[in-house]
Parts: sequence; C-alpha cells; structure tokens
Amino acid sequence: MSDPRRSLARALPVAPAVVLLLLFLAGPIAYCAYIAFTDLQLTGQAHSSFVGFANFRTAFGDEAFLNAVWLTLVFTVVSSLVGQNTLGLALAALMQRASKPVRTLTGGVVITAWVLPEVVAGFLLYAFFRKEGTLNAILDALHLPSQNWLYTLPILAVSFANVWRGTAFSMLVYSAALNEIPKEITEAAEVDGAGGPSRLWHITLPMIRRSIGTNLMLNTLQTLSVFGLIWVMTRGGPGNKSQTLPLFMYEQAFQNSMIGYGTAVALLLLLVGSVFSVMYMRLLRTEV
Amino acid sequence: MRPTAARFRSTSVLTALLAVSLAAPTLTACGGGSGSDPDTVKISFKQSTDNSIHVMDDYLAGIKKQFEKENPGKKVELVPIKAPDSEYYTKLQQMLRSPKTAPDLVYEDTFLINSDITSGYLKPLDPYLAKWKDWDQFIDTAKAAAKAEDGKTYGVPDGTDTRGLWFDKGIFEKAGLPTDWQPKTWDDVLAAARTVKEKVPGVTPLNVYTGKPAGEAATMQGFEMLLYGTGDGTSDPLYDKASKKWVAGGQGFKDALGFVHTVYQEKLGTDVSQALDPNIQTIVRGELLPKGKLAIDLDGSWLPQDWLQGSGHEWPEWSKELGLAYMPTQHGQAPGKVSMSGGWTWSIPAKAGNPDLAFKFIQTMQTKANAQKWYIANSGIAVRRDVASDPAYVKAQPGIKFFTDLVSSTHYRPAYPAYPKVSTAIQEAMESVTTGDASVDKAASDYDEALKAATDNQVVQK
Repeated sequence: MSDPRRSLARALPVAPAVVLLLLFLAGPIAYCAYIAFTDLQLTGQAHSSFVGFANFRTAFGDEAFLNAVWLTLVFTVVSSLVGQNTLGLALAALMQRASKPVRTLTGGVVITAWVLPEVVAGFLLYAFFRKEGTLNAILDALHLPSQNWLYTLPILAVSFANVWRGTAFSMLVYSAALNEIPKEITEAAEVDGAGGPSRLWHITLPMIRRSIGTNLMLNTLQTLSVFGLIWVMTRGGPGNKSQTLPLFMYEQAFQNSMIGYGTAVALLLLLVGSVFSVMYMRLLRTEV
Repeated sequence: MRPTAARFRSTSVLTALLAVSLAAPTLTACGGGSGSDPDTVKISFKQSTDNSIHVMDDYLAGIKKQFEKENPGKKVELVPIKAPDSEYYTKLQQMLRSPKTAPDLVYEDTFLINSDITSGYLKPLDPYLAKWKDWDQFIDTAKAAAKAEDGKTYGVPDGTDTRGLWFDKGIFEKAGLPTDWQPKTWDDVLAAARTVKEKVPGVTPLNVYTGKPAGEAATMQGFEMLLYGTGDGTSDPLYDKASKKWVAGGQGFKDALGFVHTVYQEKLGTDVSQALDPNIQTIVRGELLPKGKLAIDLDGSWLPQDWLQGSGHEWPEWSKELGLAYMPTQHGQAPGKVSMSGGWTWSIPAKAGNPDLAFKFIQTMQTKANAQKWYIANSGIAVRRDVASDPAYVKAQPGIKFFTDLVSSTHYRPAYPAYPKVSTAIQEAMESVTTGDASVDKAASDYDEALKAATDNQVVQK
C-alpha cells in the first residue's frame, strides 16, 4: 500500500517536533518518574539511592498528605464542579437573553478576571479578603459583622478566588454550546407546553452534554494544579488548612529539600487527575 | 508530481533548519558555565526582595571596581538571586548541582552550610586559609561557624548577628515602666507586657515570631531565644553533642512553648492572624516599630539596617525612641542572658571553575577596611578582632556595642543536616499553641514524633 521511502519522507517534517517533544517533554517526565523512586534530596545528602515504593508508603502514612488530598478534593468540587461550572452555565444562559450592552459589559468584566495573571488575581483577592481589606470595609459600611476567612475558612476563601478567576472559561464554552442548539427544537418544545426547567432538563442539557464533559475535564485538571493563587493568598496556611496537593508537593520538594518525596506526590497528583479524566470520559461515552 | 515533491523536500528542510535554529541557542545556553572563562569570577548573592534596599549590591559593586583595578585583565560578574530566604537556598542548591551553572563564589547561610557540605556542594578552604594572614583576626566561634564535622572549613564568615529585646521608650513611659528596663526573668518580660496591655490600649505589647509563615525567624528569634534560656545554660537543649542525637521530651522545650502559648492566649502578642502572616517581619520592622505600635520586640541585631540613611525606610530617630535589653534566662539563672547567633559566609562551590580567583575576591572583601565598611553598612556584628576593637566601628551606630558584647555569651544553632527539618517541626509546634489548636503537652509530644521522622530516629530522651 505504501512506499516506505515515501512514508519516511512524509514523516520527516514531523521528526524535529517529535524529537523536541521527546527531549523536552517526555524526557523530564520519565526522569521525574524515576526520581519519585529515589530518596534524592536537594541538600544534606552525599548520595541518593533507589528506595522502591518507600516514598509512596510514606505519603499514605502521612497525615499531612491525606489532609492535602482531602483539601484538594474539596477545592476541586467546590470551586470547579459546583462553582465555575454551574455559575458559568448560568451566566451563559442569562446572557443569551440579555440585551447587547448588558452582555458586553458582563462578558467584559468576567473575562477580565480570566485574563489577569494568576499572581495578580491572587493578590487582588488577598487584598479583598484580608482583615483590613475591601470586603470588611463593605461589611462595616453595611453594619454587618466582619469576616476573617483567610484565617478562619481559608479553603473557602481560595475556592471563591478560583471561582472568581475561572468562571469566564466555562461561560465562554457554554455560550458557544448554547448558540449551537437549533432554535426550532426549543420552539417545538415550547409549543408542546414545556416550561423553563423542563426545557433545560430535557432539551438544553442533553444537547450540550459534550460541552459539559469537555468543560468539566478542562476545569478540573486546571483546578487540580492551581498553585500560584493559593500560594499568594495563604501559602497553604494557617497551619495546613488550605494546603492542597500542589502546595504540599512544593513544601516537601523545595522547602524541606526532599525532591524524591515531592516528586512522588506529584505522580500521585497526576493519578488523581487521571481518575477524574477517566470518569468524565466514561460519562461522555455512555450518554451520547 | 515533481514540483510537489520538490516543494515537499524544501519544506522539510526548512522545518528541520527552523527546529535546529530554535533548539541551538537553548542547548548552547546551558553550556555557558562558570568554567568557560578563566578570567571572569562569577559571584552569587541574595538580593533583597525589597527594591528600595540595595546595601549589598552597592557594597559588592564597590569591591568589584577595586578588584578589577588591582587585577588587570580579570573580570567580576555579579549574579544576584532575588528571592526570599527559603527560595534563595533552593535556587542556589540547584545551581550548585551542575558545573555548568555553579558560580565561583556563593553567599551561604550558616543555617544550611552543613547540609550543603554533606551534599558535596562546597570546597574546603583550608589550603587557602593556611596561607592567609588575616584569618588569625577571626574569633574562634566565627571560625567554627563554617567548620564541618570532617574538621575542614568551608566558608569565610562576613559577620554574625545576635539577638535581644527592643522596646519602645515612649510606650514604656506611658505605661509607667522604666525606660532603662532590664528584665531578669521571663516573668518580668510577661509582667511588662501585661502592664502595657492594661495601660496603653491600641499597641501590641510583645512580639515573638511564631509559626511556619515566619520560617526560621520563628525558630531562632522566637523559640530558641527562650529554649536556650532554660535548664542550666551549659548543655544544648536541642542537640546532644555527646551522643550526636536530637533531644526529645525536654521540660525546657515545654516551658518555652508555654511562654509562646501565654503570649498569644493572653493576647499580649500581635493578633494571631497577623502573627501568621508571611510578611510579619516586614510589618514589624517597617510599620509597627517605626510607628510606635509595638512595645517590646524579641528580634535580631540587624534591624537598624532598614532604618539607615539610603536604606529606603529611613528612621534615624530610632536610637532615641527604642531601648535595648538582654533577653533574660527563664528564672534568672546563670549566665543571666541569652542570645543566638547565625550569620553568613562566603564559600566556593565544589564545581566552581575559578576557585583561586574566587578566593582572591574574598581576600579583597576581607581587607580590614572593606570588612569594616561592610559591618557598618549592614548593621553586622564584627567577628574580626581588629574591627571589633576599632573605635570607628564601635561608634558607627548606636546599639552596636550592646550587640557585640553579646558575642561572648551567644549560642550557635546545631546546624547539622537535619536542622532545617527540625526547625520546621519547631515552627509547627509553635503554631499549634499560638492558634490554640493544641495544648502545650500535645504540641510537645507532636514535636517528639515529628523529630523522629525528621532525624531518622536519631533521638535521645531527656
């Protein structure tokens, strides 16, 4: 069927890209996977050695690690699944009916939050939530009791920050998906007497299911790896009350100098991410 | 067919060329290590994250000029690393791992030097020091600061620091406390703080750094200043030198935690959420003290470096408004006062390309005149006898005599490889009694557990 010389010639243009990917993407990943099985330290060690699964055993016996896994799940569910996803869909649906000026304005504001660099967004929300910050100034003006969430409910504060920052993405995805629903179908449903909630449940949601799946997957993976936002706002504290897996990994690898252990945690984070991905992919395949 | 094939080939050649030309600079950039130029000495140091503070930059620029003039044909390249302490260590350690990135001279904190020596990152300096006359001017404790367990010396200290109590005379006057205050016991310190709390509302009575956000400042300025004032004052309460093991379950440890607990539960300290703000040190030095909002601060000798002319936060009146007192021992037992010392050294990486030239640069920095200039510029405490006895140095800054006198009775941290992890465990214990999450006993027993993990079970019960 094919002339080997010709297919070789065809592969040639891709070769440099493949080499670069192997060198700069696959290489470091393979090296990371190797390091996760050693006791490599950044300092305080003459030679590192292969330790098998010791790092993973340490992780599962480490309360701080389990705490980080739990917080990561809370953070992901609250800020990504519930927050960004639902709010994004609601905004997109509302904006479809809104007048053009309202749509432009809302879209502009929401997307600004998305365009801001992570560290800037983190700092803005730190300034918003801190004890002397904007939120308390507003609450004071309204004679409401003031809050200190960065200290009392840090995981909620950073979740809110992530919703604030990331909703635009879901909104854009859903806006595009909603526009794809043919008007005739909605109208037909209306004629048949379907009310708002029933149209949403029986028409809109099934028709944008693919977008929901894609959006959930992208959102979740992005939220799982959020580091800068939390680091700027709380550094994982107080104590380790907002220390999600990426922050835990950073602390172990670079502050406690245990590169091997930190890398093992990174691999476990990868595992959590792939569990979510598989879940969503299943969801997609069986339903459509 | 032909033209397509030709175009096909030319595109692939183009792509390949493009890929190579893109990759080439990236790859060769990694190859430009310190060894590449035998006439250039590369120097890495920690640049302040506060842009208005450039004490070290200015000092090194001056030395660079002098060095290049005295050594024609030789060049100095300054490679500043702009980062907070803990990230500076990490970046430096990563650079030291490869001969391609290792500088010729690095600024090392004595806090980590033993750990870096164990990793084989640094070069022993003994052959150089043996031929260097000025080395005899260094006091013995300073020489020991960079001496490893193998008996070799790996760094030349450029000064040290000591610690004590800074207090606001204005607030003390309002509270009816003496402005030449010198507490004799921990209870005296707490009593003064309680008086301030009662009589001068709106100010923080006492600052003791605590918790993980403050990092090593919590361990050293806070906890160890207390811990080393417990017991009989002769044995190290953290590390048992005889058995080479870390001490667990000490009563002194619990008492020191108890002090921290009292400070924060009686609300004598800063508000807990502020105490656990990662920027607490900047807040204390830049806001609370200069604005007269803090009565007593347990802190380091270097504070005035932020308040000097040209440092960015000028506050020349500090010497009139602040008083100094020794930190007392727990019950006033001998020797009566406590201080901790750390400091930084200049070291040559094992993978440096030009070690000889690098040592020459150390010598230029450590002529008596240049050393003295540095001590004065950064509010450092002299470790050279010739500088310490020079009246110009003693008079250069108020307080310098107070802190230099502490050098004779100060303690050094057991900065062995496990120390950074032990320090983190101490910070966690402090944090849990600060927030009230754990009782003193629970925090102390949690520390004992964490200590075993941090030191591979090299623990002795006392």
